[in-house]
Amino acid sequence: MCEQCQERPAAVHLKNVVNGKKTEVHLCEVCAQDKGEAFMNDDGAFSFNHLLAGLLNVSPVMKQSQPQKSRRQPVECSGCQMTFDQFLKIGKFGCPKCYESFREQLPPILKRLHSGNTVHQGKLPERQGGTIHMKRKVTELRSDLKALIEQEEFEQAAEIRDQIRSLEAEIRDEGGGADES
Amino acid sequence: MSLEKFLSQAVSSWMNEDGPSSEIVLSTRIRLARNHHQYAFPTVFTKEEAQQTAEAVGAAVRQAGYPLEELKMEDLQGLEKRVLVEKHLISPNLAEDSGSSSVWLSDDEDISLMVNEEDHLRIQCLFPGLQLKEALRKALEIDDAIEQHFDYAFDENFGYLTTCPTNVGTGLRASVMMHLPGLMMTHQMNRIIPAIGQFGLVARGIYGEGSEALGNIFQISNQTTLGKSEEDITEDLLHVVDQIIAQEKSAREALVKSSGIQLEDRVFRSYGTLRYSRVIESKEAAKCLSDVRLGIDLGFIENVSRSILNELMILTQPGFLQQYAGGFLRPVERDIRRASLIRERLEMDVSKDKGGSDI
Ligand SMILES: [Zn+2]
Ligand SMILES: [Zn+2]
Repeated sequence: MCEQCQERPAAVHLKNVVNGKKTEVHLCEVCAQDKGEAFMNDDGAFSFNHLLAGLLNVSPVMKQSQPQKSRRQPVECSGCQMTFDQFLKIGKFGCPKCYESFREQLPPILKRLHSGNTVHQGKLPERQGGTIHMKRKVTELRSDLKALIEQEEFEQAAEIRDQIRSLEAEIRDEGGGADES
Repeated sequence: MSLEKFLSQAVSSWMNEDGPSSEIVLSTRIRLARNHHQYAFPTVFTKEEAQQTAEAVGAAVRQAGYPLEELKMEDLQGLEKRVLVEKHLISPNLAEDSGSSSVWLSDDEDISLMVNEEDHLRIQCLFPGLQLKEALRKALEIDDAIEQHFDYAFDENFGYLTTCPTNVGTGLRASVMMHLPGLMMTHQMNRIIPAIGQFGLVARGIYGEGSEALGNIFQISNQTTLGKSEEDITEDLLHVVDQIIAQEKSAREALVKSSGIQLEDRVFRSYGTLRYSRVIESKEAAKCLSDVRLGIDLGFIENVSRSILNELMILTQPGFLQQYAGGFLRPVERDIRRASLIRERLEMDVSKDKGGSDI
């Protein structure tokens, strides 16, 4: 259903992720068109986007805390010996291990670059993904489980719980991380 | 060499085919940044590591089974590299660096894999018109095939690890080239560009020597690569592009309604300039090509191919002009060559149509 007029079925769907929270806006074609054509009114704004931005509550400038300057012991990458200061200076990493070495320092930087996001939500490598695929599945099933319990669908919930248990057992058998291959 | 022969060799399929929404969207590009988990990034890697990376990528590409041909940067002349850049098949960055850098190209140049650019591997798919989903599907398919033989640097939290933190996560850059003369003439672009930023997207003019957008061509692409899935990134881009297409269409309609004859006059003056000038600078050529393309879209001009803007924007770049001329050209000579190449190209279309009596 369209969020604007509450009348017609929604045809335009916009997804956005802000601070790890997913928001969606649904508009019907008529309302989307309306907003789209509003620019002709010379109101000083690309209204369609402004409307959506308002709904999504996206601020153009992301508020975020300064990287902590207090802990000053130089962090150095175990792989390429790049220091965190060097990374800041050139803005590029030296090797894949830099991400592990600077793990603590990265979130504020990534937040600024990626609209508040710090965690990957996209594709996993098929072959290497192994346990990560399963861990994701577990996370998904857990939220399903929570919903089912809230709806008091206990029979289905029990099924999901068993699925989670068997997946977790599989992950343990695979050795959990399996990162060092 | 005749222009027709030169064109058949110079024009990639993404330039001359009509794709979906091709009256406004010229082309779609998908790029995935990938790295090997074992080797240092090109920022700091040694010559030896660069060599090893290139070999590892090469082996994986061969095993993936795509019929791609490898061009090593060290084997290419400066002019050849420039032409690849102008065709958008490699980045200027790759052309500069010759140590173990290469590009793997498909026959019709819709697939281009760059090795040892900023990342170990960049998978690029170029499609004509608006084909975000199709191009993404193709790129992900190649990605899967390569991954079977190549250990990607991947982290459960950060996703695909890339040299630059702006690419981490999906490593995906999805971009769409749009021709937006209507929005430029109605002064809408300066509002649309900042608004697009709120969706983690960015709009850039294709700039020439100056700071002005050349030929009213804009590239809209995602800036955010972390925290959204590949499908969500392309879908968000698609929605914004659809909106811009709708706005461009209504701007064109409004222009025709309010000042049709002036618009037609502008189109035909530009057509005249392209058909008859003897010396033309790239900036003027871009402006006139944009007008002519608009004239074709609006039905004012009938005997010129729609791909003319796409094609000539690329063919009139310095690298191509010199390749066609068969040697180095000074800037003035380029302006002369540019004018004659455009004249020839337009005559080709007109003579196909009218039997060549028009000049
Ligand atoms: Zn509605
Ligand atoms: Zn490192």
